[in-house]
Amino acid sequence: MNSTVAAAPITAQAFKSDYKPIWCPGCGDYSVLSSFTKAFAKLDLRPESVAVVSGIGCSSRIPAYTNCYGFHGVHGRSLAAASGLKLARPDLTVVVASGDGDGYSIGGNHFLHACRRNVDLTYVVMDNHVYGMTKGQPSPTTEPDWDSKLSPGGTGLRTFNPLVIALAAGANFVARAFSGDPNGTADIIADAIRTPGFSFVEILSPCVTFRPEQREWKQLVRPGPVTTTDDAARAARRIMTDDGFNIGVLYKGQRKPYQPPVGKGKKRPSDLEAEFAI
Amino acid sequence: MSTKQSTKRNAKVSSKKSARKSTKKSTRVSTRKTKAAAAPKSARAPKRTAAKAATKAMPVASASEFMAHAYAMEAEAAERYAEFADSMEMHNNHEVAELFRKLSRIEQRHADQILEQMGWKQSPVSSADYRWEGTEGPETADPTELHYLMQPYHALQIALHNEKRARDFFAHLAKVATNGGVRKGALEMREEEAEHVRLIEEWLKRTPVPGSNWETDQDPPVLSD
Repeated sequence: MNSTVAAAPITAQAFKSDYKPIWCPGCGDYSVLSSFTKAFAKLDLRPESVAVVSGIGCSSRIPAYTNCYGFHGVHGRSLAAASGLKLARPDLTVVVASGDGDGYSIGGNHFLHACRRNVDLTYVVMDNHVYGMTKGQPSPTTEPDWDSKLSPGGTGLRTFNPLVIALAAGANFVARAFSGDPNGTADIIADAIRTPGFSFVEILSPCVTFRPEQREWKQLVRPGPVTTTDDAARAARRIMTDDGFNIGVLYKGQRKPYQPPVGKGKKRPSDLEAEFAI
Repeated sequence: MSTKQSTKRNAKVSSKKSARKSTKKSTRVSTRKTKAAAAPKSARAPKRTAAKAATKAMPVASASEFMAHAYAMEAEAAERYAEFADSMEMHNNHEVAELFRKLSRIEQRHADQILEQMGWKQSPVSSADYRWEGTEGPETADPTELHYLMQPYHALQIALHNEKRARDFFAHLAKVATNGGVRKGALEMREEEAEHVRLIEEWLKRTPVPGSNWETDQDPPVLSD
């Protein structure tokens, strides 16, 4: 008789913490949280094997709401913290949560170099085209003619195209998802986690408070009419010619993830700690 | 993308949708009419049809598969109402929070009844493995319909809309089912959902209709207001 007892399958609920989200009612980030937990359960991960790292903003509150390791870091610096964590603890599944302000503005430079380094991370950006937490300033993805009291007549600035930037900078997995499709988004996040290297998932997540018109997104999104490609140039052309509402996995590359140097010269965390000891 | 482009595109999509609607049975017609008087901007009924919310795998091949879908529907609806309750609680709208909590318990009880009936100890498949033809199950409420100042009347409107979608979903399933067991099950579920529609309509009659200024906030979160 086999005496070993199989572990019970993990549920999405097991990844939810006891803290209740304080997002505005109707915010897309609730569904993204649900997609995170569903993706972790789908991959049969254990809470102690997952770390969710974030920066600052509404979306960056996610680590508090997940029941796993979490780090609510510094504005725009989530990728730096997450890269360090993954290199020090390669056994962990590290997922980074950010928003369009945190990730593309103050964290824009980290975004470029994280794509280039290709550390095995999954970077999820909840994009609502506005700074929600600070009351509605335009973000890098805000439309140039979005008129508000804080940007009368609109900024007139060209929008940042994060998916094309990610491809050009070397991300190994690029996808777009929609918060209104939590199960489909969970699939994409799971796929991103499974794919080695730097995976970038942009999730259209409406801000119903400052951009109430984004409620209409659910009428606009649809599955992308093309299959995933491993040709970055082709993927870039597709993204540059779509209207921003095609969802699905656009690109999966073959780059090997970054590995820290091994052997001679490699320092252990305790060596580094000793260097900083007073 | 500019907001003008977005509006233009939206208009295009809407006109395509209306063209499609003429050939499909819409589940929202009656809901929209009753909502007109006091519906929150956020409580607009989703523009999805029950047929569209049906599974891609339709027609469902066996009675067991049918019950698994029914379970997933109820469990997903329960989970969503619980999220709504949490959200309302955090925004100190305790009356609506309690109502959503109650709706969640009702849906969960239905889900548990299906487990019991089928002799299943747990869900036959993870809810994340389900693929509805629309983005979510036919009884799952749309999160963008919430408003922090909403009243029980609005919450019941959302519930009514979902029960109607569920009823129409099962009616559609019964119509297209090729398996006798599935058809029988779908007809039974349709009747059950129709009963829920009736109960919520009764509940709504006892619920005060909000005044026209229900969403007025003396200290609004939007600076530009």
